[in-house]
Amino acid sequence: MTDFLDALVLLTNFVLVPGLAYGAQLALGALGVTLIYGILRFANFAHGDLMAFGTMVVILFTWWFQSMGVSIAPLPVALLALPIGIVAAIAMSLGTDRLVYRFYRRRKAPSVIYILTSIGVMFVMNGIVRFIIGPNDQRFTDGARFIIKAGEFKKATGLHEGLAIKLTQGVTVLVTLIVVVALFRFLHKSRTGKAMRAYSDNEDLALLSGVSPERVVFFAWVIAAALAAIAGTLYGLDKSFKPYTYFALLLPLFAAASVGGIGHPLGAVVGGFVIAFSEVTVTYAYKKFLRYLLPDSWAPDSLVQFLSTDYKFAISFIILVVVLLVRPTGIFRGNS
Amino acid sequence: MSFLIGENMTGGYGAADILHSCTIAVDLGEIVVIVGPNGAGKSTAMKALFGMLDLREGSVCLNGDDITRLSPQERVRRGMGFVPQTSNIFTSMTVRENLEMGAYLRDDDYSTTMEQIFELFPILKEKSRQIAGELSGGQRQQVAVARALMMQPRVLMLDEPTAGVSPIVMDELFDRIIEIRNSGIAVLMVEQNAAQALAIADRGYVLVTGENRFTDSGEALLEDPEVRRSFLGG
Repeated sequence: MTDFLDALVLLTNFVLVPGLAYGAQLALGALGVTLIYGILRFANFAHGDLMAFGTMVVILFTWWFQSMGVSIAPLPVALLALPIGIVAAIAMSLGTDRLVYRFYRRRKAPSVIYILTSIGVMFVMNGIVRFIIGPNDQRFTDGARFIIKAGEFKKATGLHEGLAIKLTQGVTVLVTLIVVVALFRFLHKSRTGKAMRAYSDNEDLALLSGVSPERVVFFAWVIAAALAAIAGTLYGLDKSFKPYTYFALLLPLFAAASVGGIGHPLGAVVGGFVIAFSEVTVTYAYKKFLRYLLPDSWAPDSLVQFLSTDYKFAISFIILVVVLLVRPTGIFRGNS
Repeated sequence: MSFLIGENMTGGYGAADILHSCTIAVDLGEIVVIVGPNGAGKSTAMKALFGMLDLREGSVCLNGDDITRLSPQERVRRGMGFVPQTSNIFTSMTVRENLEMGAYLRDDDYSTTMEQIFELFPILKEKSRQIAGELSGGQRQQVAVARALMMQPRVLMLDEPTAGVSPIVMDELFDRIIEIRNSGIAVLMVEQNAAQALAIADRGYVLVTGENRFTDSGEALLEDPEVRRSFLGG
């Protein structure tokens, strides 16, 4: 019996908890991608770097706060700096919209032009971030490390396996829950939110109903940028901040948005968790887990790992390709 | 002078004109139907009235005001409602949300209007929380018409409202349209089901290659042997 419980705890510790936190971060990022797709109708390649930009601002202010001795322990100071990062990301995305995308919107450019443009914007943001904070790993977490420590868990339960939940994981899931609930309330209850959904659903009819496209686009950028800054900061707190990692997040983000059905907000949330759990379950080594469950003579010698963690991006890539081939509209029948 | 009148409208989407000096007029409390063979410019004529294409010549007047240069959105504000032939509802939103979007430009309390519309289309009240995209073809058309009515338009323009619905549903839709007319609204329809549409029409226009060919009361057009032979199939 304890073997079975140990196996469960092991899986919770190394698959469920990290998967939930990573899934929440992906969900927030994918929501931004899907919102921009729904309203502006292009896949925004600059979204990963927008996340990096927002996070960078949060880090700089976190350092400043820390140098002044500000502390909100046990919570990380970065949460205090987060609103500033959100404002900076919003300013950045509204600025690029004004300088770049609006020009193409007035020309009614086809969406491939937008995609290429967003790749250009991506390089610029990428450059700005590396120029200001450098290409290296940055850590900015402070406050308490754990909600539940492995050692204490073992002592309390008498099991061989410990369960550790990092504070940043708890914060990630909680913040994501609040943000997602608030966003869905906004989209379904408010006049502007309904106008955004209507515009995404049927642009011509929305225009006919008197929805102002510039207003809808404005709100789409504001929300997507806020989500990007939040997602980026949570990811950075949980793991670490490195500009390249954020650029590379683009693939799982796009995969998450597509799995759920691009343009469909609920789909982005579900897609985020689907991608996260696919990555974590496929790259986890099940050797110890199986040892607990199987008789000794059956115990595997190998790691029982389907794919090395080095190849985790292959999973997003495969999922993305399979979705596009088999069900381009995604789980929730978004736009193809 | 009629409440809404497009006079000598000439124009098209590109270089070639589709409409050639075409005139369409509709008055409050009457149903006017535009019929004609495929490619006659029926829908184009309606879109021209609504400002969805640029006219090279001619003018559109609403209640005596020249609105030729106004955008479609501006015409909605002035009391014109338009139901497109396709993609005329928000498929991912509920029936009630579709109606709310119809009233998007209204700042006043529109709950009475919504009640009136639910009286006109009782099925929509029943299905008000359902996603509009999941409704049947006839019900979707009702949502589309109801959405346009939320602005309390003086003129309602319908582009083939009965396209793709069964004859029974068509009769029901026409009954509703008669009720809308009786409430004092000017109704202008483009119809493929010409005979049935002319039967409920106060007046009809037969367009051929973007020109007015016949204009008369619905009844007279139905009885005109030439109209019957050419456009109504005998």
